[in-house]
Amino acid sequence: MAFLQTIPFDQLLIQTINGIVTGMILALVASGLTLIFGIMDVVNFAHGELFMLGAYVGVIVLAATGDFWIALVAASLIIALLGAAIYLMTLRPLLGRDPLTTILATFGVSLVLQNYALWQFGPVARKIQEPFTGHFTIFYLDYPWYRLVIALLAAAIIGALWLFLKFGTYGIWIRATTQDRVMAQAMGIPVPWVLTVVFAIGAGMAGASGVLFGPLVGVNHTMGLDWILKAFIVVVVGGMGNLAGSIAAAIFISLLEAYAALWVSPAQAIIVSFVVLILTLLFRPTGLFASTPR
Amino acid sequence: MSLPPAAPLLEVEEIHTYYGKSHILDGVSLEVGRGEVVGLLGRNGVGKSTTLKAVAGLVHPSRGEVRFEGRSITRSPAHRVARLGIGYVPEERRIFPLLTVVENLRTGLDRQGVTTARKKELLEKVYAYFPVLAERRGQAGGTLSGGEQQMLAIARAMMLEPKIILLDEPTEGLMPRMVSQIREIINVLHRERVAVLLVEQNVPLTLEASQRIYILEKGVVRHHAPAAELQVNDAVIHQYLGV
Repeated sequence: MAFLQTIPFDQLLIQTINGIVTGMILALVASGLTLIFGIMDVVNFAHGELFMLGAYVGVIVLAATGDFWIALVAASLIIALLGAAIYLMTLRPLLGRDPLTTILATFGVSLVLQNYALWQFGPVARKIQEPFTGHFTIFYLDYPWYRLVIALLAAAIIGALWLFLKFGTYGIWIRATTQDRVMAQAMGIPVPWVLTVVFAIGAGMAGASGVLFGPLVGVNHTMGLDWILKAFIVVVVGGMGNLAGSIAAAIFISLLEAYAALWVSPAQAIIVSFVVLILTLLFRPTGLFASTPR
Repeated sequence: MSLPPAAPLLEVEEIHTYYGKSHILDGVSLEVGRGEVVGLLGRNGVGKSTTLKAVAGLVHPSRGEVRFEGRSITRSPAHRVARLGIGYVPEERRIFPLLTVVENLRTGLDRQGVTTARKKELLEKVYAYFPVLAERRGQAGGTLSGGEQQMLAIARAMMLEPKIILLDEPTEGLMPRMVSQIREIINVLHRERVAVLLVEQNVPLTLEASQRIYILEKGVVRHHAPAAELQVNDAVIHQYLGV
C-alpha cells in the first residue's frame, strides 16, 4: 500500500496523455511499415529515413509558404512519390527473391538517404514551428494543444487509411493482393501497380509523421533511427502485417514507456519496449494482438 | 450446334515449361473453340495444371506460344490475360479468405468500363445460379465450406465476363450432390457460349461434359478425340489413366 501512495496521480494522467500522443505518431509510422510488410513481405529499413525526409520537406515548404498545413500535405505527397520511385528502382527487381535481399536493399537506401540529408542540410537540427502555440493547464502543467492535435491528426490519417482499405475498389485490391498475390493477378488486379501504390501510401504516411512530430523534437538526419527501431518493435509485438495490432501495440508500448518514465529516466524507460519485445518473441511470437482480425 | 468458327478462341502451340531443371511441359498443343467445353485428362503430375497456368499467364513458357483470339499472350502478365476474358479457377480454389463473398466477387467485377447497372446484373446472375452465395454474401470467404468455396471460385471467375474459364479439378473432394451442381454449372457456361478448359480426375464427368478430350502424358498430348468417341472403359483411357 505504501507503494500505491507513492504514485503521483497528476503525473500519471499527464503521462497517459503523453503516452497516447507518442503512441499515435508511432502508430502512424508503424502502420505504413506494417502495410508494406503485409502486402509484399518487404521489411522496409528505409522507413525511418522517409520519416526524416518528410520532416525536412516540411521544413523547406514551411519556410517557403509559411503554412504548416501546406507543408504537411506537400511532405506527404512528395515522400509518397519518393517511395514509389524507391520501390520501382530497388524493390521491384528483387520481388520474389530471398527476403534478405530486400532487407539489404532497403538498408542501403536508408544509408543513402541519411547521408544525402547530412550532405544537403548539414548536421545542425532544424526547427518546425508548430501551427499554433496555445496551452491548456492540467494541474500545475501547461500542456500544449498541439500535442493533442497531433494525436487526433494521426488518428484521422489512420482512420482514413482504414476506410480506404475497407471500402472501395482499391481497398479490395490491396487486401486481395495481401492475401493471395497470385490469385489477385489471375482476377485481373494490376498487382505491380497495387504494390507501387501501397509502398507510396506507406511512405507518404511516414512523411506526414515526420512533419507532425518535427515541432516536438527538431529535425536532423538521424531522427528516423529512434522511430524505426520502435516502429519495428511495434510491428513485431502487434503481429507482422496486422494493422490493428500495430496500432494497439504502438499505444500499449508508448503508455508503458510513459509510465516507466515516472520512476526511471526516459532514456531507461526505453528498455521497457525491449522487454515487451523479448517477452512477445518468447511467448507469443505471432504477436500480442495476433488474434485481432485485420 | 453451330459451325466451328474459323479461328479457335484459344490456341496453345508447342509450349515447354520447366520447374527448376525438370521439364514439366514438353511441347503441349491444344485448341479450344468459342463456347466449346474441352476436357484435359491425365494422371497426376503430367502437366495438366501447368497447362492451365500457362494459359492464365501465371507460368510463362520458355518455348512455344499461347494465342487468344489470334493474339499472342505468351508473355503477357496474368492480370492482362484475365482482363482479356480468361477466367481461372485453380485447384486449391484460392478464395481470398478474409474478404467477404461480395468482396471476393468484386475483385473481378470492379473493372474499368463496367457500369454500375452491369455490375448489379452480373451479381444477380451468379446469385441466381448460386443462391448460397447470396445468403452468405457478407461472410468471410474463408468461413465457407469446400463446396461453397468452389462455387465462389467459379462465380468469381464469371465476374470477369470471360470468354473462357479454366477449371482445375472443380469436383475434387466434393460431395456427390455438389459434383452434380458443378456439372450443371458447366452446362450453364456452355449454354452461355463461355468456353471451358476442364481438368478433371473424374473421367465420366469429363467425357459427359466435354465436346473434345485431350489426354496428356509426361508433358505431351498423347491422344485427342471427340468426347463422343471415347468411353470410360476405352483402351485409350485405360492406357493413359489406368482406370
